[in-house]
Amino acid sequence: MVTVQLTALISPLLALASAAIVIACGLWLTGADVPSVFVNLWLGAAGDSYRLSETAVKACPLLFTGLAVMLALRAGVWNIGAEGQLLLGALATAWVGQHLTFIPSPLAVAIVVAASLSAGVFWAGCAAYLKQKHNVNEVISTIMLNFVALYLVSYGVHGPLMEVAGQYPQTDPLPPTATLPRLFPPARFHLGILFALVAALIVWIFLFRTKAGFRIRATGANPIAARFAGIATDRQVALAFLLSGALAGLAGGIEVSGITHRVYEKFSPGYGYTAIAVALVGQRSPIGVVFAALFFGALDAGASAVQRTIGLSSVLASVIQAVVVLFLAAYSTATVQRFIHRTSTRLIVPLLLCWFVLLPSLT
Amino acid sequence: MDFLIALLNNSDALLHSTLVAATPLLFAALGETFVQRAGIINIGLEGILLTGAFAGMTASYFSGSPLLGLIVGAVSGLLLALLFAGLTVGLSADQIVVGVGLNLLAAGLTGVLYRGIFGVTGQALQVSTFLPIHIPFFSTLPILGSSLFQHAGLVYLAITLVPICTFFLFYLRAGLQLQAVGEHPHAAETLGISVKRVRFLALAFEGVLGGIAGSYLSLAYSNTFIEGMSAGRGFIALAIVIFGRWNPTGALWGALFFGVATALQFHLQALGSELPYQIVLMLPYVLTLLALMLLKTSATAPAALGQPYHRE
Repeated sequence: MVTVQLTALISPLLALASAAIVIACGLWLTGADVPSVFVNLWLGAAGDSYRLSETAVKACPLLFTGLAVMLALRAGVWNIGAEGQLLLGALATAWVGQHLTFIPSPLAVAIVVAASLSAGVFWAGCAAYLKQKHNVNEVISTIMLNFVALYLVSYGVHGPLMEVAGQYPQTDPLPPTATLPRLFPPARFHLGILFALVAALIVWIFLFRTKAGFRIRATGANPIAARFAGIATDRQVALAFLLSGALAGLAGGIEVSGITHRVYEKFSPGYGYTAIAVALVGQRSPIGVVFAALFFGALDAGASAVQRTIGLSSVLASVIQAVVVLFLAAYSTATVQRFIHRTSTRLIVPLLLCWFVLLPSLT
Repeated sequence: MDFLIALLNNSDALLHSTLVAATPLLFAALGETFVQRAGIINIGLEGILLTGAFAGMTASYFSGSPLLGLIVGAVSGLLLALLFAGLTVGLSADQIVVGVGLNLLAAGLTGVLYRGIFGVTGQALQVSTFLPIHIPFFSTLPILGSSLFQHAGLVYLAITLVPICTFFLFYLRAGLQLQAVGEHPHAAETLGISVKRVRFLALAFEGVLGGIAGSYLSLAYSNTFIEGMSAGRGFIALAIVIFGRWNPTGALWGALFFGVATALQFHLQALGSELPYQIVLMLPYVLTLLALMLLKTSATAPAALGQPYHRE
């Protein structure tokens, strides 16, 4: 039991360390000043309170969508559709928000948040319905639905939801009453980030402290055993999918209400796809997902700082994310896990000790 | 109604752009058909296309030879596919996870390398590209001549591949072995077929075709590279495979179907139609969903699709 938990902790750490080494080698080959890239990444993500706030801002949609993917994964299904659910949630927020000019603030916020949640549930519900009634693989149906959502947003911002000024393909901004307040202006840290943390807590309580959560976990862990134990696994899968859609929809609604205040084409830089990586790096646990989302958010915030200071492209963040994901995929396989098990006590633990104890004392 | 008549008058142009838009989808879908027949689902196809587009454009830019660009593009696709194969077939890692990783990697690497090599310029680069080949006699036929027989060589290659792939899959021993691996890997292994080798080869084939599809985008379709220019075509190819019920001929129809939608969108815009083009673009996805719903495709899907194989 102890060794299992040890490897669960060691795999992501090893993936991070390996990714750092590979990225450093790649940068070195291209002739970049490797230490200064890493220092600037760090400063850009956590250099001062404003940068810290930016990290949290970037992490917020990733935390919601990461929780969404993780929750579905706990029931044994992939929700590749977090992107589409997020887009639809955002669109619903912009659409409903426009009509809320005369409604007082907390109520208006509650309404737009509820709208985004319902939109996400609806979009995930389409995939769940197709899976239940027509046995359509959810990976394929959600990818299709992502594209439909993308074109719905495009249609909306070019057509019926286009701003009144009619200049750019974007919606009008939400009325101030429907936007989430910033807690430490001028930093963009908004109330929605706290909502995201609360959501992580609620998901944790749901999964590990309620019967419904247990049934979902049992379904994902071993569907055949769960069915023998009298759990209606189909229903658990559908439930997990709808909850997953709710979280992904919220991601879109809170991003609009907290940061962008409007919807435009290419509103999401692929949050729903990065979410898959977030859920995995987070080891499929709500607490893990919080840290993974912060890490990915920090990478995004740090990479844009690196672009400004060193001129290295900000897409560097997705290279780092990709390398981490690929290493993690390799490290979580049985073959490599066995190898880690055998060597962990002899080799890896001393190595980690060296890293954390000896290295700082040397420098 | 006016635009419908205008559309009919432009039917040769519409047919021409349908084939142009369908070609990269067909290449990608044929590769993915083989891979899925072998029991693997590779959603990293999108990344393979994007990498092929970038590598093909870069090689053509520096050498001035689109053919060299095509070869480099195909090799880059092969390398990515082998990375996928090493992780999913070699180590039995999760196919969805590695696919997502591949897409992230391709999006990031092509972006970083493009900005690193060419800098951030306002103008798009122009590269030497494939010129259309006019097939003698046929290309001078009315209407069909200009729309069917004046294309880059890759268009003809893609279409020729359809009967070749069909023959391979359904009439050759190797093709039947490939199907066996996707349907029942354990039984295939008992019969002396190496599941891992078959899956590696299928993925290698997909990598080459995906790389070619990507190069086609930058060397025949748009003559330049734009970040993220694969624009979801890898995912569309996944839909086409299912839409075409894991058959090369089906893949051809699926590719033409999505090709028509893309072509219609351009022509409707050009002809000033009232119908929003987003609805036209949305249509293939909605219809694919409907088709999946009605066709009960689960019966025809390879039985071991997406499951890692462990030798016992």
